Amino acid sequence: MKRLSRYRRHKAAAPLLLLLALLAIGATYSVASAATSSEMAAADRSVLIEEGRQIFLKGCSSCHGLNAEGGQIAPSLIGVGAASVDFQVGTGRMPMADMSTQAMRKEPVYDAAETAAVAAYVASLAPGPEIPAESSLNYERDGNTAEGGELFRNNCAMCHNFAGQGGALTQGKYAPTLMGVEPKHIYEAMVTGPQSMPVFSDKTITPAEKLSIIKWIKAAENEPNLGGASLGRVGPVTEGLLGWVLGLGMLIGVAVWLAMKAK
Amino acid sequence: MTVETQLGNVANYVDERTGAAAWMKKNLQKVFPDHWSFLLGEVALYSFVILLLSGTFLTFWFDPSQREVIYEGSYEPLEGIKMSAAYASTLHISFEVRGGLLMRQIHHWAALIFMAAIVAHLMRVFFTGAFRKPREGNWIIGIGLLTLGIVEGFLGYSLPDDLLSGTGIRIAEAIIQALPVVGSYLAYFAFGGAFPGEAFIPRIYIVHVLLLPGAFLALITAHLMMVWYQKHTQYPGPGRTEKNVVGYPLMPTYMAKAGGFFFIVFGVTAFLAAVASINPIWLYGPYTPGQISAGSQPDWYMGWLDGLVRMAPPIETHAFGHTISWNILIPGLIIPGILFTGMALYPFIESWITGDKREHHLLDRPRNAPNRTALGVMSLTFVMVTLINGGNDIIATHFDLSINQIMWGTRFGVLILPPLAFIITKRLCLSLQRADRELVLHGRETGTLLRLPHGEFVEVHEPISPEKAYLLTSHEQAPPLELPAVDGRGVKRAGALRNKLRARMSIANAEQITKVSADDLKEIEHH
Repeated sequence: MKRLSRYRRHKAAAPLLLLLALLAIGATYSVASAATSSEMAAADRSVLIEEGRQIFLKGCSSCHGLNAEGGQIAPSLIGVGAASVDFQVGTGRMPMADMSTQAMRKEPVYDAAETAAVAAYVASLAPGPEIPAESSLNYERDGNTAEGGELFRNNCAMCHNFAGQGGALTQGKYAPTLMGVEPKHIYEAMVTGPQSMPVFSDKTITPAEKLSIIKWIKAAENEPNLGGASLGRVGPVTEGLLGWVLGLGMLIGVAVWLAMKAK
Repeated sequence: MTVETQLGNVANYVDERTGAAAWMKKNLQKVFPDHWSFLLGEVALYSFVILLLSGTFLTFWFDPSQREVIYEGSYEPLEGIKMSAAYASTLHISFEVRGGLLMRQIHHWAALIFMAAIVAHLMRVFFTGAFRKPREGNWIIGIGLLTLGIVEGFLGYSLPDDLLSGTGIRIAEAIIQALPVVGSYLAYFAFGGAFPGEAFIPRIYIVHVLLLPGAFLALITAHLMMVWYQKHTQYPGPGRTEKNVVGYPLMPTYMAKAGGFFFIVFGVTAFLAAVASINPIWLYGPYTPGQISAGSQPDWYMGWLDGLVRMAPPIETHAFGHTISWNILIPGLIIPGILFTGMALYPFIESWITGDKREHHLLDRPRNAPNRTALGVMSLTFVMVTLINGGNDIIATHFDLSINQIMWGTRFGVLILPPLAFIITKRLCLSLQRADRELVLHGRETGTLLRLPHGEFVEVHEPISPEKAYLLTSHEQAPPLELPAVDGRGVKRAGALRNKLRARMSIANAEQITKVSADDLKEIEHH
């Protein structure tokens, strides 16, 4: 130590120390970042983007244009962000099976890797909402069911129905059911506002509140049918139908039997 | 001392003090005709008893107050949410009171069956002409019960103060407000201030549990006493006349049947309540005016009114500082008003058209009154079309349709389909009359083919039984009214225009396929 401290006033000491500190920080950062996130090297990233561009040219460009600039029948995708692609492609809505009123949820055409590639390509065009990281989607830990229910009834129930079963919109459009939707996709839908849905930005509904909404939806999805068969959780229409068909139907059956026996 | 003598002593004791024996003897032997369709009214009656019993149970815990409380019960998704005491106590009944949810569901299913049975009973009475003299008054009481039932059901649906029922109350408020000039004041009085206020739930609670059930009891009593006094109608058949009632005595046959049937109605209601969820208020959440759910519907007996409101085009006028919302006023008040008034007055309208002022205790077969049957089917078609539009959003999502298509379809449908239903039904009735005539004249087709010696094939017809022939020919076919426009001296009679209308309707009403007469039958026998 003595020998070291002897040089502490040396001219080269300060620049050397600075270099050491920078090296240490750099090394720590590179090790830490490699361990916690999948931040990839620029080279890998451009490979992914190129891969996405190839898929895009084959599967999407006929409607969305060769440079995703949009066309007569499809919107521009510049600035829609990776979250939008992940939602639309990941839930099978895109590519559309036909030009009907609304893209419907179906078996996805592209697998997870392909979806990620297209998302990376679209995200590379202009900044937009990003795919939420797994760690920021821990709704079980960060959400509050009751608060989520209140938010859901305020913001979502008017289209998606009180229990998230979906509902009708104008001209054949509809708000789809929220049952069985991945939390990531619910989150992305709120952030990007697909189809007829409005965007619920982080200022309108904070990320924590979004997680509460997801928690409530999952609670509704997993809630056992407390009063017996749920009848679709769509309110009095199915109840009335059952009341007439099964309720009065059975009673008329009994009445016919009672009157028959008298013969 | 045997059981019989013990019973006899008790009966004697009562009889010596009340003189009930003679009355009991007479009335316990009262005869009722037997037909399944006569039990529809009984279903309604028994459902009412179930409603009284289950409703009383619910009052033990229901708190009819719009006082704001914070929920601390066992249903976790609503933990800490602000709500009215009415809603919180309904949650308490559902989740903490033993058997509470089952009782709530029994009460609600019984209400749906009650209304369905009333409507089915009304159809039976209408299509068979049971409302004719002397039963016009009882018909009107029946219409009163139907109307009260709709109101009572709606109030019950409104009481829990959940998101769905609050939406219903909001629409009711809009309909009150649509009344020209007085509407906004009436709404203000009803709600004790601005909507939603804190007065409405306590008020409708008292109406729901005291006033209307009282009115129900009074009207049902009157309804049944009149059936008792005027005696039950019966279907036509051999041995049945306008002057007798063929059937079984009250004691023991009907006592046993009716008693058993009550428990079956209770059983079916309890079964539904046990297996099928109804009005899951915990999913709806508490009512706040800022929230609404997609696909908000009323119960089915209000659904047709909702459908009418949903299909009304947006028309309103502004005059003398008042807005008249025709889009609410017409479907919400005027059309139901016309329908219910017309329904109540129908017995008088029909007797005016037919000129028939006699008593009728034998029922019509619906085909033998084609005009009435067609009118009934026309009215039902109207209600069905509007009911479909009442559920347009649910139908749209579940059958992959556009809500706009359904609305436009029902807008035209409500104008086109009822008259079409009238024409088709009338033709069907006349065809059935023709088939009856064929049956009497040529007998039943046996399906046996016979080859004649010269090679021709004929189907063997078998004559029908005399009972069946009687049933098919016993009804009367009244000719249309003779209402000449001028009297014997060639002078135009007073009210000629009215008479012309009456004569025309009478001719349309009397359109029949001439039935086989007794003379015709004799002639056939001679063949």
